[in-house]
Amino acid sequence: MLCLDKLSVGYVGPRGTVLADLTLEAPAGSFVCVLGRNGAGKSTLMWTIAGLQAARDGRALLGNEDIAAMRPQARARAIAVVLTERVLSPGLTVTDVVSMGRQPFTGWQGRLSAEDDERVVEALAQAGATSFAARPFDGLSDGERQRVMIARAIAQAPRLMVLDEITAFLDLPGRVEAMALLRAHARATGTTVLLSSHDLDLSLQLADAVWLLDGTGGLVVGPAADLIVAGHVGRAFDTDAVRFSPERGRFELIG
Amino acid sequence: MARSVTGASALFLSILVLAAASLCYGQVTLSPLDVIGAMTGFGDPTLSEIVWAIRLPRVLTAVVAGGALGVAGTLMQALFRNPMADAWSLGLVAGGQLGVGLAVAGAAFAGPAALLFLTSFAGLSLTLGAVIGVAATAAAMAALARRVGNITLLVVGLMLGFTAQGLVSVILHFASRVGGRVFSGWDDGTFSAATTADLPWLVLPVACGLALAVVNAKGLTALLLGETYAASLGTNVPRLRRSILAATVLLAAPVTALCGPVTFVGLIVPHLARRLARTARILPLIPLAGLAGALLALGADFIVHLPWEQHFLHLNAVLALVGAPVVIALLVFAPAMRSSG
Repeated sequence: MLCLDKLSVGYVGPRGTVLADLTLEAPAGSFVCVLGRNGAGKSTLMWTIAGLQAARDGRALLGNEDIAAMRPQARARAIAVVLTERVLSPGLTVTDVVSMGRQPFTGWQGRLSAEDDERVVEALAQAGATSFAARPFDGLSDGERQRVMIARAIAQAPRLMVLDEITAFLDLPGRVEAMALLRAHARATGTTVLLSSHDLDLSLQLADAVWLLDGTGGLVVGPAADLIVAGHVGRAFDTDAVRFSPERGRFELIG
Repeated sequence: MARSVTGASALFLSILVLAAASLCYGQVTLSPLDVIGAMTGFGDPTLSEIVWAIRLPRVLTAVVAGGALGVAGTLMQALFRNPMADAWSLGLVAGGQLGVGLAVAGAAFAGPAALLFLTSFAGLSLTLGAVIGVAATAAAMAALARRVGNITLLVVGLMLGFTAQGLVSVILHFASRVGGRVFSGWDDGTFSAATTADLPWLVLPVACGLALAVVNAKGLTALLLGETYAASLGTNVPRLRRSILAATVLLAAPVTALCGPVTFVGLIVPHLARRLARTARILPLIPLAGLAGALLALGADFIVHLPWEQHFLHLNAVLALVGAPVVIALLVFAPAMRSSG
């Protein structure tokens, strides 16, 4: 279970605090989508929860442990991260990349045990990446690449998975598959999966809960249907030219 | 794994064969029996002198220096995430040359006593001067790498090389001729300048650098996915960067101090090692890069010291003939070079 305890995230300097005083919970096994427009603070929140960025105030707790206070190795065993950035790594095979998910569990040499190898094979299978396991990572398509990074996160066997805008480069079938895969993984293993996305439609359909950032430092939480009916989605995303139609569940041009 | 072991064994055997050949061939050709006699002290004293004082130190220097440069290149290409990075191409060698040049010039200006000290402890003081120069350049280039792209960094590094070459000439012009002698053979890389007394100052830092590289190999492998992923896998990235830079300095500085600017070895050897191992994971690459670097250096040195009629062949000329085409191919075909801005 992930708990935010009066967490404030942001930066030192002019940008300052982006989101303040968040107190939230995401139960184990839940698939949570973090939605909001560009610049609403999605990534800042995700990075802070993952322990990659210092909080401005408050804490993020996994179980009863303060994530920011965990030792790097312990944190790596508990939290897996997948990012938007395209990794370019000449010479790494898909299996090499997925094997890195086991690094927090290996000795100083990084040698994999039989159990580690099994988990890598299993993760590749779950993510649907077995067929290209031996190929060079750099030669993959964007969709295949994200599958591999998800397989790596699965191999890490974390209690919390943090995925930041990972569907940005994917086509529609790729997005649906990736999100369905993550939801199934959360259900099957009890991992808390936190995914930030631009993908309003899909997130609203698939998420157990939505954390909706309204772009002015506020955050509303709830099941997707409730957020739509209460008009929160519209308030977060509407512009002068586009508005969200609660009846149809999609965006419409005005006029 | 099996590939790495096979590759390493093949490289090791080739090194042994080439080392034996290097002991035999040269301006004077010796039979293997002559060499064995000279090594065991039963042969002709002149031959013994040739083998013990000239050829053996040269062969050992080439093996250790080539290996060190190969491993240093492997570390730097992973740390900078740049397939063209190496101690020479990013200007670390230039910094080292400059460090040595300033040490010699400083001693020359300080007076004869300082110069005598420098000459008597040439191995130690040159290595120290180079360590300071290489470390300063490494830190500067690591900081610069955060602001500019791969190609820019490469050009800056090569320009640093020209700058160092120019400054060293100026220093030599003004420093006393004794200082100049300490500094002989510095326009070109060579493995024949180091004496038996210098060897410990080559071997000790290189051994420390290798140990540091091996200990940090796991973290450096994670860094292949980028700093954020490495951090999310439990790597202390700032500490890793410092350790790898320190290892690079320990590997590259003594080579620069005792052999001058040896080009291309560190740049092309990591690519060869990755081909052999079919992986980019750092730990299996370290022995392969070390052995391949040693073999390349030894091979180039062997060609230079074949009994040519006229002795104009330079080590870096031979290395450039092998290395430059590889670099061109990398610039044209390596995705990381093409797309970098």
